Amino acid sequence: MVTRGIGVEPRRTLPPLPRPEIPVSVSPTSIKPEPLGTPAPATPPATVKAEVQNLNFFYGTHQAVKNVSLRLLENHVTALIGPSGCGKTTLLRCFNRMHDLYPNTRYDGRIILNPGGINIVDRAVNPIEMRMRISMVFQKPNPFPKSIYENVAYGLRLRGLKSRSELEGRVEVALRGAALWDEVKDRLKKQAYDLSGGQQQRLCIARALAIEPEIVLFDEPTSALDPVATGKIEELMYELKSRLTIIIVTHNMQQAARVSDYTAFMYLGELVEVDQTAKIFQNPSKPLTEQYISGRFG
Amino acid sequence: MLDARAMIARGRRRDAAFNILGWACAVVVLSALAALLTNLCIQGLSRIDWQFLTSFPSRRPQQAGILSAWVGSILVILVTACTAIPLGVAAGIYLEEYARKNWFTTIIEINIVNLAGVPSIIYGLMALGLFVYQFHFGQSILSGGLTLAFLILPIVIVATREAMRAIPKHIREAAYALGATRLEVVRHHLLPYSAGGIGTGVIIGISRAIGETAPLVTIGALTFIAFLPPSPIVVDPALQIQPFKWIMSPFTVLPIQMFNWVSRPGEEFLKNAAAAGVVLMVVTLGLNAAAIVVRHRIRRRIKW
Ligand SMILES: Nc1ncnc2c1ncn2[C@@H]1O[C@H](COP(=O)(O)OP(=O)(O)OP(=O)(O)O)[C@@H](O)[C@H]1O
Ligand SMILES: [Mg+2]
Repeated sequence: MVTRGIGVEPRRTLPPLPRPEIPVSVSPTSIKPEPLGTPAPATPPATVKAEVQNLNFFYGTHQAVKNVSLRLLENHVTALIGPSGCGKTTLLRCFNRMHDLYPNTRYDGRIILNPGGINIVDRAVNPIEMRMRISMVFQKPNPFPKSIYENVAYGLRLRGLKSRSELEGRVEVALRGAALWDEVKDRLKKQAYDLSGGQQQRLCIARALAIEPEIVLFDEPTSALDPVATGKIEELMYELKSRLTIIIVTHNMQQAARVSDYTAFMYLGELVEVDQTAKIFQNPSKPLTEQYISGRFG
Repeated sequence: MLDARAMIARGRRRDAAFNILGWACAVVVLSALAALLTNLCIQGLSRIDWQFLTSFPSRRPQQAGILSAWVGSILVILVTACTAIPLGVAAGIYLEEYARKNWFTTIIEINIVNLAGVPSIIYGLMALGLFVYQFHFGQSILSGGLTLAFLILPIVIVATREAMRAIPKHIREAAYALGATRLEVVRHHLLPYSAGGIGTGVIIGISRAIGETAPLVTIGALTFIAFLPPSPIVVDPALQIQPFKWIMSPFTVLPIQMFNWVSRPGEEFLKNAAAAGVVLMVVTLGLNAAAIVVRHRIRRRIKW
């Protein structure tokens, strides 16, 4: 029985996961916490979770990200928008060093991750260490051909968690966090592929949440889903940001407006403008942004 | 205006013609195969009995049997499987997941595919030089098993690679994104998901190895063996454990035994050959059926 050892109430606070040793090397370029763009009034000053500094990225000789600088505030949602092929996915995948899986890719510049001030894209930094702290939800739902339970438990197993009751507890918390628990609690041992597309995507979110990441990267997470499933995932993001930091790539302007606190507009690999979402959508400072928002190109 | 109805009718006629042609080809091929099998069965089936399975070859055809042949076949294939599967799967994983893609690995890849087409007697020649003369393994089960292992290695490698390549990129990325190392991705995902494809390739390779004659004759497998390889455990006269002694024993295998009987004069020996042929066919077809079942099972279990 999977729910053994767990009360009716979801157990939200489990002891922290064992994390790999993170070398504390505060680089001289470390952060002075400063609000981004025009300072947000009234809210307590947010800390900078990650800071992209003059980042360039190359596929072979093709430069897909050009000199991008960007701050991600802790417990905020930052949306990346821009026309197809402008480098949103490429930028996103720099955060968890996904490009390392493929040959002939090159990073240049810095992405400083706090706390610790580690430069994520430094070749000397182990990408696995970064993926232990930053998880990702892909455009297409991509559960493993394993059971629902095993999908969520996998990241925990990778981190050396063996205790069955602890695994079960965390899987439940993650599935509740992804608003999927009630739909799957009676069939945790069933194949993940028997779920609907929207459920699969929430399963992937649960899988990404189970490891208690500091940042979650969403790459067009709802582009394959219907409006109801999309709504559920957007609600979820709103709840999640109290615990972590979110970056979301989206083609849907309304979605960006609904879920994000900050919006960054990219064009041809460059970051044109980043500001509070309301400002970007109502009164962008660059004409290019204005054109894109109003649907005059892209 | 084009007459749609006439066009559709013409299409239908062509479809029908092609259908008939296809059927005719299938019938010709299948009936040839059926005739071959029936012939083999008519000649050999009556000869298959307990005595035939438990007797050594003999000069008197009625007393002859295939005991040393099937034991030899099983032991040789055991050596083949124990070498070809780990080596082939490991090589496949290495080439697909670890090796950098450059001109050197490309050459290796092309050569592995080509190796699958090299005539088996060439492998026998290589094995004769390497295992028999160089390593002094003699004309033993070890030499025979290793020879066949080399023969089916390309099949196992190619099957492994194809099975791994069929796993979508986004599954790998999901595992890596959670912080898995390359070894963990291979062990937890790629191997389990490609097990069906690898298993199919292995079974097909082994069923090919069981029927091979030429390379084993080349390394000097004997055609007349009237004893079994030494058993790993001997109780008489004193308890003795010799787990690997059999591996250096001389051997014969089913197709060689069959070949030996075919080349002898006399109706009765031909009958024996046909009977051995039936046994060989049953084993090979059984293995191929197993391959189909394995593939089907795993396919149904794994979807993406
Ligand atoms: N694996 C790759 N190899 C070479 N070039 C690539 C690769 N992936 C993407 N690119 C190129 O990099 C640029 C940015 O691609 P990217 O996928 O980041 O765009 P995107 O903004 O996510 O687009 P979309 O909105 O269509 O997903 C494009 O010009 C694309 O052609
Ligand atoms: Mg994209």
